[in-house]
Amino acid sequence: MLVYDTTLTSRLLLGTSRYPSPAVLMEAVKSSGTDVVTVSLRRESSGERSGQGFFSIIRSLGVRVLPNTAGCHSVKEAVTTAHMAREVFDTRWIKLEVIGDRTTLQPDVFGLVEAAKILCEDGFQVFPYTTEDLVVADRLLDAGCRVLMPWGAPIGSGQGLNNVVGLRAMRARFPEVPLIVDAGIGVPSHAARALELGMDGVLINTAVARAGDPVGMARAFADAVKAGRAAFVAQPMLPSDVAIPSTPELGLAHLV
Amino acid sequence: MKITLNGVEREIAESRLEQALRELGYCDGPIATAVNGQFVPKKQRLEIALNEGDRIEVVAPMQGG
Repeated sequence: MLVYDTTLTSRLLLGTSRYPSPAVLMEAVKSSGTDVVTVSLRRESSGERSGQGFFSIIRSLGVRVLPNTAGCHSVKEAVTTAHMAREVFDTRWIKLEVIGDRTTLQPDVFGLVEAAKILCEDGFQVFPYTTEDLVVADRLLDAGCRVLMPWGAPIGSGQGLNNVVGLRAMRARFPEVPLIVDAGIGVPSHAARALELGMDGVLINTAVARAGDPVGMARAFADAVKAGRAAFVAQPMLPSDVAIPSTPELGLAHLV
Repeated sequence: MKITLNGVEREIAESRLEQALRELGYCDGPIATAVNGQFVPKKQRLEIALNEGDRIEVVAPMQGG
């Protein structure tokens, strides 16, 4: 999968939050085979240096980091956070979140487009967390985004793909744009479904981190993503409203 | 001079951001800073003069989804 100028060998991106321990996080990242983990920025207490410890762990894994602007509710907050992230993580990548609703954590797509335009013009490579709305997607591409990250369901909900028709329409409208489902995936079959639809990748966090065995679940997601992609490439059959016998009726013995 | 550091009021003697950060206990490390909501790049911390009541934000890498 090619995102901006970078080729990724895995179509599974992994979040680093909510794991039972740093050791489990590290093992889960390795088990997932991912090239990319998401990270954030939060207030650092003087003398505590917890951020430095976390960053050392991430760097030891040898994966790319995709900083997010999670928790930002305004364009200004998101843009400022992106600038801070570029300095700390030394990357032009930013997973742009501008949250519009505190309950569903639905993106504020108006603020998202505005922030994306500012950041793209400033040299960032923006990964926008968006909905499946085609008009918003168009605006994000006009702003300079070269990847789109539509939600599957509300963040952390584990509901899966709430609008398969919408995602399919997005795939059809933007055949050349990498589409990575960003939120709401709960189990590996949801991820496989996303890839079967032609999505280019998925970003998973809670479904792995809050599993009984995060390391095993990371491996299961890796397998699901590979299976889903292989199925898409192999071109799935078209569904039918009526039954079609798989065994030929021609030559059936007359036994009445 | 009274400033607010990450939402907590603090008293500092230094008036430049770089020195104030050291006074407040931040050594070298992966941190980013903002003053009154404006990002201050690392290379500008020496030049930024703080004023009474300024709001300083110091952030560092953290887990994220």
